[in-house]
Amino acid sequence: MEVNYENGLNLKATELRLGLPGSDEPERQTTPRPNKRTSSEISSSGLTDDGNDDHQASAPPAKAQVVGWPPIRSYRKNCIQAKKNEVEGGTGRYVKVSVDGAAYLRKIDLHVYGSYPELLEALEKMFKLTIGAYSEREGYNGSEYAPTYEDKDGDWMLVGDVPWEMFISSCKRLRIMKGSEARGLGCI
Amino acid sequence: MGSYSSELKRSKDSDESARRSSFPDEVLERVLSLLKSHRDRSSVSLVCKDWYNAERWSRTHVFIGNCYSVSPEIVARRFPRIRSVTLKGKPRFSDFNLVPENWGADIHAWLVVFAAKYPFLEELRLKRMAISDESLEFLAISFPNFKALSLLSCDGFSTNGLAAIATHCKNLTELDIQENGIDDKGGSWLSCFPESFTSLEVLNFANLTSDINFDALEKLVGRCKSMRVLKLNRSVSLEQLQRLLVSAPQLAELGTGSFSQELTIHEYEDLESTLSNCKNMHTLSGLWDAKGIYLPALYPACSHLTFLNLSYAALQSVELAKLLAHCPRLKRLWVLDTVEDKGLEAVGLNCPLLEELRVFPADPFDDEIVHGVTEAGFVAVSFGCPRLHYVLYFCRQMTNAAVATIVQNCPDFTHFRLCIMNPGQPDYLTNEPMDEAFGAVVKTCTKLQRLSVSGLLTDLTFEYIGRYAKNLETLSVAFAGRSDWGMQCVLGGCPKLRKLEIRDCPFGNAALLSGLEKYESMRSLWMSACNVTMNGCRLLAREMPRLNVEVMKEDGSDDSQADKVYVYRSIAGPRRDAPPSVLTL
Repeated sequence: MEVNYENGLNLKATELRLGLPGSDEPERQTTPRPNKRTSSEISSSGLTDDGNDDHQASAPPAKAQVVGWPPIRSYRKNCIQAKKNEVEGGTGRYVKVSVDGAAYLRKIDLHVYGSYPELLEALEKMFKLTIGAYSEREGYNGSEYAPTYEDKDGDWMLVGDVPWEMFISSCKRLRIMKGSEARGLGCI
Repeated sequence: MGSYSSELKRSKDSDESARRSSFPDEVLERVLSLLKSHRDRSSVSLVCKDWYNAERWSRTHVFIGNCYSVSPEIVARRFPRIRSVTLKGKPRFSDFNLVPENWGADIHAWLVVFAAKYPFLEELRLKRMAISDESLEFLAISFPNFKALSLLSCDGFSTNGLAAIATHCKNLTELDIQENGIDDKGGSWLSCFPESFTSLEVLNFANLTSDINFDALEKLVGRCKSMRVLKLNRSVSLEQLQRLLVSAPQLAELGTGSFSQELTIHEYEDLESTLSNCKNMHTLSGLWDAKGIYLPALYPACSHLTFLNLSYAALQSVELAKLLAHCPRLKRLWVLDTVEDKGLEAVGLNCPLLEELRVFPADPFDDEIVHGVTEAGFVAVSFGCPRLHYVLYFCRQMTNAAVATIVQNCPDFTHFRLCIMNPGQPDYLTNEPMDEAFGAVVKTCTKLQRLSVSGLLTDLTFEYIGRYAKNLETLSVAFAGRSDWGMQCVLGGCPKLRKLEIRDCPFGNAALLSGLEKYESMRSLWMSACNVTMNGCRLLAREMPRLNVEVMKEDGSDDSQADKVYVYRSIAGPRRDAPPSVLTL
């Protein structure tokens, strides 16, 4: 059955198909209205990285934050946010670290490190991987991994571009990207 | 002989007169005054004119599910003796920020009419209404007999309004402030209760964040000997809680403050012993930041507990399991998904009388981590709790098979609200839509009144709902369906449908208009981010003059699209207080 659903392009309510061109049955609906997305879409691609084709077809849609979803009352949302702020604003500057392909995340205290090399060395030890050297021109080109972080605006940035102090105050979480995506970042 | 025949004659006369006149009004009113259910009363009022009148004169409580369905003047005209009012305002999706700020549902116009017509008003319970400090003050001074104020999910007021209530309502028995958008300006409002004030039975200020004057609170609790419900806010410490409980061991419902202060052994023992004195406690909540090591202090107070609300305490599975071992009589349990499936297994093992379970997400906006609860937890509960009939479950994965098992174990569901947090997510094992899950729910649970669906759903889900959900009254749909046919099935089936709320679904004008006659038998319809156009809405408004059709447009959207539509029946006509962003068609 054809899906009679408007995607984020704001066309009139004509019949538009979801899913990849050539696919018969749209697996899922996209979230509408691009101006509602508050976090970047970069996280969506990280999901299908394990290379399992079956998995790719079933991966959930883009992890954009949709207004009013999940349906939790504002009061409860505010409590959750207040708790998070409390944890983060305390004596430590704990941020989550995810590595593509790892089963679970870790948390590190950014205040423990004085500089980028210290941080990267700690990450390499923690996850048993090699990140390599940073260069302004080529990022972490040459290594299989690239450390990125989400800043206060919700954008995903390459670790190392800004002064260390600025990085600590604006970093909300870290993600160590792997594979071709990582290499692509270095070539911007 | 003579007296016998004259008696006979007299009784014959009274028989005839009894047949001629109807049941005396006073008696009928007396009988009807015992009727509490407003649905029964509605039925009674339809019998005949005499009964309609008797009912309206005997009614003391009025429930208005949509404040715009009727005007305060109409209510006052029909029911002259109201002492208690329950009013609901905004559409439910306003809880999730889908309704513009200044949408309406302001209580003030109602209060003005009530002040004139119901000067002896005693109770006011509001849900999703806008209420200002001025209105609260007006309320406090206009009704000398005012006893109970309950505000749930309301906004527009500050703690100054509460101060007015505390200051002026000399007969107050209940002040219940829950989950509101309140502007918390400080805790001094609590000190406004006069020294002579002793009537408070219910005090719930868990919603507020500011520190209150503990001394004032302690004195208040000490002199209100009839207090049975006390729900503190987070600023109250464990030590302070213990002191309060010493003067109020009779409490039936307790909401603790923060449960994580550093206590000495002595202080801990005091707390434990004070809690064990609370023999009447059947409801426990609060437990903010609960520290596992202090939870055992609660154990002695839990033996008669029927409702445990841990939805603000991030407990781990082991902590929950240990606590539940002491709560054999539990009927209602609210938890955070930090307890995980293991914690829910403990629920199944320890709470055979459980009727209601709500599992809230601790981290709803962070879905890169795999945690929380899965289908396994829900299944475990269903095996151990056959009386389960109300569930609200937030999870990140679910399967059709699991839901089928769950409803087989618990066929008596009246409220089934399942939220798979990723929109449009299929059965994670089979990759199929979740149609069969909800099909199983509606086929098996014949008493189902409320249903919230989620996950990847085709029109088949709605075919099932329309065909089988004969008692369904409330349906919430998000990111589901494939075509108009889905919504048409629901509108064509579901004879008892009253509230239908839909967001982000591919339902358009054909679906909207297929429910033309149906909407008059419903309270309301909400559709947002669907495919409905302005023309469709105009057509609906034109065909059905007794419905209010309101459209909310979003900035930057196409002129022809009806971004958000709210349709409801009303005998008060179109409302006049709509803001510019709301178009009444």
